[in-house]
Amino acid sequence: MPFLDSLEPGQDATIISFETEKLPLKLIEMGCLPGNKVCLLHKAPFNCPLYLEIDGCHMAIRKDVAALIEIEHN
Amino acid sequence: MAHYIKVALIGNPNTGKTSVFNALTGLNQKVGNYPGITVEKKEGRCRLDRTTVAQILDLPGTYSLNASSMDESVVIELLLNRNNKDFPDLVVVITDIENLKRNLLLFTQIKDLGIPTLLVVNMADQMKRKGIQIDIEKLQEKLGTQVILTSMRNQEGIATLKKAIIDYRKLPSTPLLELESIDKDYFQQLKKAFPTESIYKLWLVITQDVNFSKVERNRIQKSPDFKIESDAALKRLQQKETIRRYQIINDTLKQSYHVDQNAASDWRSRLDRVLIHKVWGYVFFFALLLLIFQSIYDWSSVPMDLIDSSFAQLSEWVNTKLPPGLFTSLLAEGIIPGLGGIVIFIPQIAFLFLFISLLEESGYMSRVVFLMDRGLRRFGLSGKSVIPLISGTACAIPAVMATRNIENWKERLLTILVTPFTTCSARLPVYLILISLVIPEKTFLGINIQGLTLMGLYLLGFVMALLSSWILKKYFKTTHKSYFVVEMPNYKMPLLKNVGITVLEKTKSFVTEAGKVILAISILLWLMASFGPGKDFSDAEAIVKQQATKQLSPAVLEAKIAAYRLEHSYMGILGKAIEPVIRPLGYDWKIGIALISSFAAREVFVGSLATIYSVGSEEETPIKNKMAQETRADGSLIFDLPTGISLMLFYAFAMQCMSTLAIVKKETNSWRWPMLQLGLMTIIAYVSAFGAYQFLS
Repeated sequence: MPFLDSLEPGQDATIISFETEKLPLKLIEMGCLPGNKVCLLHKAPFNCPLYLEIDGCHMAIRKDVAALIEIEHN
Repeated sequence: MAHYIKVALIGNPNTGKTSVFNALTGLNQKVGNYPGITVEKKEGRCRLDRTTVAQILDLPGTYSLNASSMDESVVIELLLNRNNKDFPDLVVVITDIENLKRNLLLFTQIKDLGIPTLLVVNMADQMKRKGIQIDIEKLQEKLGTQVILTSMRNQEGIATLKKAIIDYRKLPSTPLLELESIDKDYFQQLKKAFPTESIYKLWLVITQDVNFSKVERNRIQKSPDFKIESDAALKRLQQKETIRRYQIINDTLKQSYHVDQNAASDWRSRLDRVLIHKVWGYVFFFALLLLIFQSIYDWSSVPMDLIDSSFAQLSEWVNTKLPPGLFTSLLAEGIIPGLGGIVIFIPQIAFLFLFISLLEESGYMSRVVFLMDRGLRRFGLSGKSVIPLISGTACAIPAVMATRNIENWKERLLTILVTPFTTCSARLPVYLILISLVIPEKTFLGINIQGLTLMGLYLLGFVMALLSSWILKKYFKTTHKSYFVVEMPNYKMPLLKNVGITVLEKTKSFVTEAGKVILAISILLWLMASFGPGKDFSDAEAIVKQQATKQLSPAVLEAKIAAYRLEHSYMGILGKAIEPVIRPLGYDWKIGIALISSFAAREVFVGSLATIYSVGSEEETPIKNKMAQETRADGSLIFDLPTGISLMLFYAFAMQCMSTLAIVKKETNSWRWPMLQLGLMTIIAYVSAFGAYQFLS
């Protein structure tokens, strides 16, 4: 299964699951929930951080956190 | 007799909470000593009708009641503690129409606490542009509260909001989420152990690490009927709770909120394409910084000269109109020049705060965080360190406070430690006066060299901050895993009222805080310069006349007497005592006095020199002219290039700000870090000033 850090700019995906223990609660509170749509809008230089739109909410996270989120390509 | 209602404003960051606060209270607000946009406690009053006044508290922006930073803890500590004097009668949750779903998470949590809660859906002016349709009736029914649509930009909904606050007692207080639906066994057990209490509150006490709840937590821990789970299990329950809340919200919005994607016009993607571009993004950012610093230099020079010469004239006027004596001398030579040294700041500080608040309000600051994160991490900092480093150009105190939203402790500590290297506005008057004395007023490739020097000093501050962070990071171990989540808000046209109030409040508090110190120090300096021990001081006139070998003109004699007196005053003695230490840096004892007095606050330097050179001087000329005439014993000018550069470097690196040390102590909860800052920065300052002077002269 691919993870969120493998997404390329402009690609869409659906969140399948995440590593419960490690993922910060704040991210879940901002809408990073299984079943929600995620789109990678931009990557900063050197591929980090990632600028995402998750369920209509815009945010930036680092690559190591993105690697905790399992996705399915749309 | 007015009747008071205590209201707390709560909301996610970037929902326009501050504009609602400003609309309700206007200038009728009180901010703590050093306000940060949402950091300090802001209170205000609003008259609702003839008999009712709302006391409004603007709480820090937070995404949920699960606190992950100190600012967020403030919110939960208040809401869990009914005995707190600020405990609200009513909570008004401010949301942004476009991010309503995410914003409602916090609303559902607060509603479940059982406090009367109103919902404000702000930024209604964006509805049409974003293709949003909203069914207020349905929303009210589903959420069990009154919902008010507002737009601060168009001044809509404020009257309705005021009316709703008056009627707060009519609001239903039914919770939205039954906690048993998350984990039946666990929460039933909790309920059985504490049958009379709200289980949602108990649940927050268990999961939140806030100050007062430790006592409460022990109480729960001691209960024989209930066992607190492991941290991992608690976190799983919190995740489940969040998921359940989103189910309720999704269900609510499905029936009351619709977005027509086709109607939405999108500025975000068009602006982002340029502003966070891997080349143009950086070009734009640095060009913007250059523009900001150039305009601060250009725009504030006229009002500054004006202030400088008016204070000189005022002193002159006092001297000629009031009868001569100690009081006139204290006023003309102590207080007025000292105050002039602080008032002269106002233009620069106002411009700096203006630019910083424009960057924040427009949503651009988050883009800078995004662009800089990778690069700054190399130095042990975070993208979020950009905000403290940029606000540090105004003042290190709010900047140190702004580090609170850096989640990782190591990155936060490093940011706190290096922020005082950025060129704060207190250094500006020192730089400006030295630049005008020692740097020629010429242009190089069409650019003003004086402006270029100032830009160079700003860069030097940033470079030093990065360099020292890079060195320090090797000595710190990472204790816990970093995570970094930044909301990327929409671009917004800044609201003039918000910007205006921010600039006004910050300038005011800066001037009054710094003003107190400067006033006290200038009086002290005047006392020390006007009195002295022994015959050398009291008989100065006779001694100088005796020493004179030939007939001197009265003016020259007068000046010689004044100089002799100053040299033998208490101040002169103190200055002479430290002269051996500072002579290798190119300073004489008068600069030494200014240096000592500015260890409390840098901006005192110019004021002190003004006081020192005023004492005994005949005419009231602007301070710059006096400095330009000062000579050494051999007749050469004191403020020449080597001394000027040496002084600028000293001020660039030295930790001369007691307020910053105090705030660092407060934020790090230890004297260790401010002492480390003081020690290291003073050493760096001394060594580089020494090197520069010895090399140049």
